[in-house]
Amino acid sequence: MTTQTATRRIRLHEIAHARAGDKGNTSNVSVWVYDPGDYALVKEQLTAERVKAAFPKLIQGPVARYELDQLHGLNFVMQDALEGGVNTSLGLDSHGKSWSFLLLGLEIEVPDNRRA
Amino acid sequence: MLKIGCGAGFSSDRLEPAIDLAEKGGLDYLVFETLAERTLAFGHRDKKLDPARGYNPQLGARMRGVLKACREGGTRIVTNMGVANTAAAAELTVNIARELGLKGLKVACVEGDDVTGQITPDTRLFDHHDKRVDEVGLSVIGANAYMGIDAILPALESDADVVITGRVADPSLFLAPIVHRYGWRRDDWRALGSGTMVGHLMECGMQITGGYYADPGVKDVPRLADCGYPIAEVAEDGSVVITKLAEAGGLVSSRTVKEQLMYEVHDPRRYLTPDVVADFSKVEVAEQGRDRVAVSKASGTQRPDTLKVTVGFDRGYYAEAGVSYAGPNATARARLAADILNERLHRHAAIAAEMRIDLIGLNSLHQTAHAARADSEDVRVRVAMRSADRAACDTMLWEVESLLCCGPAGGGGYRGQVIPSVITHSALIPREQVKPTVKVLVA
Repeated sequence: MTTQTATRRIRLHEIAHARAGDKGNTSNVSVWVYDPGDYALVKEQLTAERVKAAFPKLIQGPVARYELDQLHGLNFVMQDALEGGVNTSLGLDSHGKSWSFLLLGLEIEVPDNRRA
Repeated sequence: MLKIGCGAGFSSDRLEPAIDLAEKGGLDYLVFETLAERTLAFGHRDKKLDPARGYNPQLGARMRGVLKACREGGTRIVTNMGVANTAAAAELTVNIARELGLKGLKVACVEGDDVTGQITPDTRLFDHHDKRVDEVGLSVIGANAYMGIDAILPALESDADVVITGRVADPSLFLAPIVHRYGWRRDDWRALGSGTMVGHLMECGMQITGGYYADPGVKDVPRLADCGYPIAEVAEDGSVVITKLAEAGGLVSSRTVKEQLMYEVHDPRRYLTPDVVADFSKVEVAEQGRDRVAVSKASGTQRPDTLKVTVGFDRGYYAEAGVSYAGPNATARARLAADILNERLHRHAAIAAEMRIDLIGLNSLHQTAHAARADSEDVRVRVAMRSADRAACDTMLWEVESLLCCGPAGGGGYRGQVIPSVITHSALIPREQVKPTVKVLVA
């Protein structure tokens, strides 16, 4: 039998989807849970501080988080987070289109008895 | 109800689904949005090389594809395909209309966005630590102000069948027809915020009908290869249903709509356009049957006093070259190739000043975010650089190609290219200094 307190870690990709956009050297990634029942725990764990701390070399500026509670989504705005952006980045993905999947690769702790 | 379709969400977007919309959409308006910040700088560059160019290279193909069906169906076209040469774009459109026998077709040419002459060495760049233009140290290619519905509405009032602009804010291409139809007051910020939301949702084309969305097994999209462009059914109160042609591939769901709602948005309460400061923070999304999603409750506050100006600078050349390794020990061979290039290319100051080497297959896209994967049996060494010195770019390509004979074992698949590079920064200009004009041409 599982208890209420037992938890396991899953990648955010299992319970949420995301989209990335860019303006200059600022990236924004919106994250949306599939099941509204997961919104509270994602909102609690996926804080702006957590995102900033997860990619210290990439995200050089502040991270702001905007909450769209009625749509069960969070919008992260990450400044100086595109290696210079389309103007100066020499990276393959100078727009940071794949940054959405960077965030979806982060882990979230969910109750062990959460249905699959 | 007003029906607006989007037939392009960027300069190289697909053509045939736009023709489908023109022929079967029963649209009031078909909008082609084709401008990104650097697209305009490239347009200025093209125009400098050839005064007859500088508009969207696909303009001819798009007009030939949809003009006839739009004329027959009473669908008006609004587009920013004029880029840096709206007059030439309008002239070409009129010529195509004549070729197609569409006598009397009216094409409105909306100008006034080119403010290159107003940019001085002292102009401040708000997105670049407020530095002055002369501190960038590069020559200015051109500068364009983001005009709003003020610029487009007179063209719609002129009964033009086709309205061609250069730089206007993307959502304004959609908001103008809505305001024209419903006669909204120009200080009805709530309504203008709602119409701006419609434009924002539509302006990236298929990004709301299943494009930039599919994730197999998780977010599947039917028949993505034949994805349809979106249609907005706009009500007089500014609420909207987003849909697509039933026979087209793709998907319109609350999820595709939500992802697009926040695309390139920062604070959802403050989405700035020349027309309004739109507020998307209280928006509601509801599925209304298959591929129909209702979106409502956007709002807005008073428009800004200044207009954003994109200033393009000539940044010389961008060069990229690569060579690949596969099979046993491929990672070690690719790393050896990268080491050799690093050593040799650093002997050229003009290359080393702005250069990067990636190992594609190990960790190229997320190199700065993660540690590299330990191993792969299919690795491509990629060198990218930027320089004003064309010869330095050619030297880099030569160095990478030479690895075929003097590098590690089994290197193949060399490719290299040098393309022009432009960069852009943003300034603000008082609204009164931008004076939109309209000229109507008749086929």
